Amino acid sequence: MVAEERGGREAEVRARLASVSDPELDEPVTDLGFVTRIAVSPGGQVEIGFRLPTYWCAANFAFMMAEDMRAAAAALPWVSAVRVVLDEHMYAETVNRAMAEGLSFREAFGPEADDDLAEIRSIFAVKSFQRRLLSLIEHLRAEKIGTERLVALTLDQLSLLPLGSKGVWLRARYLEKRAIAGPAGGDDPAFITHEGTALTRTMLPSYLRDCRRVAINGEFNGALCRGLLVARYGEESCAAAGMTEAGADSSGVIRPLPEPTLHDFLRAAARATWSVAS
Amino acid sequence: MFKTASGEEIFVIDGHTHLWDASNDNHRNIHGTQFIDCFYAYHANLSPPENRWPKDKFYDYGPDAMYHDLFVDGYDDMAILQPTYLKEFYKRGFNTTEQNAVMKERYPDRFILNGAFDPRDGEEGLDALSALAETYKIKGVKLYTAEWKGASKGWKLTDDWAQRYLEHCGKLGIVNIHVHKGPTIIPLNRDAFDVADIDDAATSFPNLNFIVEHCGLPRLDDFCWIATQETNVYGGLAVALPFIHTRPGYFAHVIAELLYWIGPDKILFGSDYAIWTPRWLIDKFMAFELPEEVKRETGVDLTLETKKKILGLNAARLYGIDIATQKKRLAAERRVAAE
Repeated sequence: MVAEERGGREAEVRARLASVSDPELDEPVTDLGFVTRIAVSPGGQVEIGFRLPTYWCAANFAFMMAEDMRAAAAALPWVSAVRVVLDEHMYAETVNRAMAEGLSFREAFGPEADDDLAEIRSIFAVKSFQRRLLSLIEHLRAEKIGTERLVALTLDQLSLLPLGSKGVWLRARYLEKRAIAGPAGGDDPAFITHEGTALTRTMLPSYLRDCRRVAINGEFNGALCRGLLVARYGEESCAAAGMTEAGADSSGVIRPLPEPTLHDFLRAAARATWSVAS
Repeated sequence: MFKTASGEEIFVIDGHTHLWDASNDNHRNIHGTQFIDCFYAYHANLSPPENRWPKDKFYDYGPDAMYHDLFVDGYDDMAILQPTYLKEFYKRGFNTTEQNAVMKERYPDRFILNGAFDPRDGEEGLDALSALAETYKIKGVKLYTAEWKGASKGWKLTDDWAQRYLEHCGKLGIVNIHVHKGPTIIPLNRDAFDVADIDDAATSFPNLNFIVEHCGLPRLDDFCWIATQETNVYGGLAVALPFIHTRPGYFAHVIAELLYWIGPDKILFGSDYAIWTPRWLIDKFMAFELPEEVKRETGVDLTLETKKKILGLNAARLYGIDIATQKKRLAAERRVAAE
């Protein structure tokens, strides 16, 4: 296979990995600087290397990210096999063996786990829903959409609102998680609590305060984790792995990520430091 | 002692300090090295550049540096020594009560010495706790729930044996239970930082105070919720406070949430020395004001009165320190030292 073709495939994998988020930080693993290498063999085998801010990061989150990255890469039509390798972590061996042998969390950790990851996934999916709802509503309010109108919006109406690029991005992020909170048909209310109750004008302020608490905590952890990763591996290494600035500023507003350009794909391809010889 | 521009004296009790030994010959295995290197990453990441230490000093700094950093260069008047044993990672232990006691023996009026227990030590550990209480007259313990022991990689406050130990603490007059939630609690499929067990323990033991170190970070949101339900739950500021330098905007939100949910009487300053040193933390904390929009949104303020509570008054109340008496004692000590 020629080099450009391989670089293109590595960029395709990277673009897929951008859809995988750290469950706790709710930010793409690629923006966090976690993905250290992507390599593609001529036969369509993919190897993904990743690392975490500390040796002690929670094993279940490490496992979820590994599992999600494997699934994201495997969804590409030309991929024949995916190998995900976690570096320098207290459970690296267990996670790597599980990924190589296709074991579930429970199979991999045996007596150290009493169930699979469904419960923890759902806890953090709710937190992510709340953060995304807050960011979107704050953005819409800044665009002069009043509370009355916000709480009356259906999902169809929300989808049709004319928004700028940031708004489009925040809306897409919210809609990704909207179904976990309740029925998500076009006529269903756009904004509901994580328990499925439609938000009213009177409920909104206190619900947004709850969401704010979750968002502050998430952003704090995100900033801490980025800093720890830099302290562990150095600025240069983190920049090379694609780490972006913290996704949120102090007011809690998540900045939109620009659409990837051809330049990004080429840069991503150039970053892949290891590749299977063609 | 911190003096404000108007000359007012603020008594400082540093709620969280260590005299650890992470020198290379003490590492039992890779985990020992990774543990101190993780601490170093916290230190290097959040300290202002001029306060960053070289790694070898960070591994092993000794009692003289500690005294200097807390009381000579720093504004601390007193400090609480919190042990972290980690015998599975360090041959002599990382930071045992006995190691910390060196400071207490040298400077008895400067330090409050806390102990620790591990519920997995069973009956034997209950006796050891009694002995610790008798030898050192401890009023508090620091619990590290992520500590490894044999095949076990952690425990919870709701475990049967933990309940027995907490009951025993009450009998021994150990009323301040500092809890540090670290990762890797079994079962691994659950949230490693879940703070719900603190809620249960605080309800079961209303006679004890639960000081949750690092304000339950990385679960500040859940912690705030629990701390409002329980009158005997407090938050220690270590780890959150250093953000005042690197990310003041985040710190403003965090301290405002804490003030809103748990109030000014239940937050304790701690440097987590030697991860951070008190001088720059307190300089920045005293100079810090909440931005107007945060005040407006939360309806709280970080006033001088509140700062005084956080820096010393709250810990003094928990540990029965009479500040006026203590000030005189420390002044007398300084005079003796000067002669």
